[in-house]
Amino acid sequence: MITGVGIVSVWVLDTESAKEFYTKRLGFDLTNDIQLDSGMRWLTVRPPENQGQEFLLVDPAHSMLDADTAVQVRALVAKGALSPGVMATTDCRADYETLLERGVEFIQPPADRPYGIEAILRDDSGNWFSFTQRKAAEAE
Amino acid sequence: MSGSVVADVNSLRALRRARDRIDRDYAEQLDIAALAADSGYSLGQFIRAFDAAYGETPGRYRTRRRVERACELLRSVNLTVTEICMLVGFSSLGSFSRRFADIVGRSPSEYRREAARLGGPAPIPGCFALMWRTGLPAR
Repeated sequence: MITGVGIVSVWVLDTESAKEFYTKRLGFDLTNDIQLDSGMRWLTVRPPENQGQEFLLVDPAHSMLDADTAVQVRALVAKGALSPGVMATTDCRADYETLLERGVEFIQPPADRPYGIEAILRDDSGNWFSFTQRKAAEAE
Repeated sequence: MSGSVVADVNSLRALRRARDRIDRDYAEQLDIAALAADSGYSLGQFIRAFDAAYGETPGRYRTRRRVERACELLRSVNLTVTEICMLVGFSSLGSFSRRFADIVGRSPSEYRREAARLGGPAPIPGCFALMWRTGLPAR
């Protein structure tokens, strides 16, 4: 049975800067930072309250991609075209204030939506994430 | 991107920051020449580079952003077309109506009537349908 996503791969332009951003600004825990023989850096982080899902921060230039493809993927990240997914928060408005103070860039401040409260942030590379506090499920 | 030429990462970053500013500050004056200067480009270079990266000029992108915001307001808040025109950053009702009709294919009031006829917002996974829209103006 499939139970969910274990690792989300996030293309980043600079692994050192991404490590800093995800741990210091977003407040994630560093779970692995291993230099592999292949040249790839196995760099994973995890939201502190989540024991399951990790984010793998990968530079396309040091991944399984060929050189031309890596250049194209880096360009897509830099121009802001890619979104790895939706980050879940328990308090969108409070976290927004905290993250702004830490220098996180938001494209959209928290706004009420039919499904909850949503903001949109960018990471230091240019990836955008929805940052959403889901509405509590209706009592059955 | 034109042909096989990929602009360098730093230029694309600067262009993305400029585009994010249009998304965030669409309701303000947002002079394209100033955006170009802030991004380290001459006006002509900026327009060409933006077009190469995003498939349209920054001026066109700004107009589409304003019109897209106007659509949401027309659907959801009880303001006049003129008020909405000003709220999203246009300075004249004439140019707002023309640009709106160019992009949406009908006038703002026709759009509003049709939206009302069709009922409330569509049940689309909102983060994608609404991803660029900010909330309603504070009352």
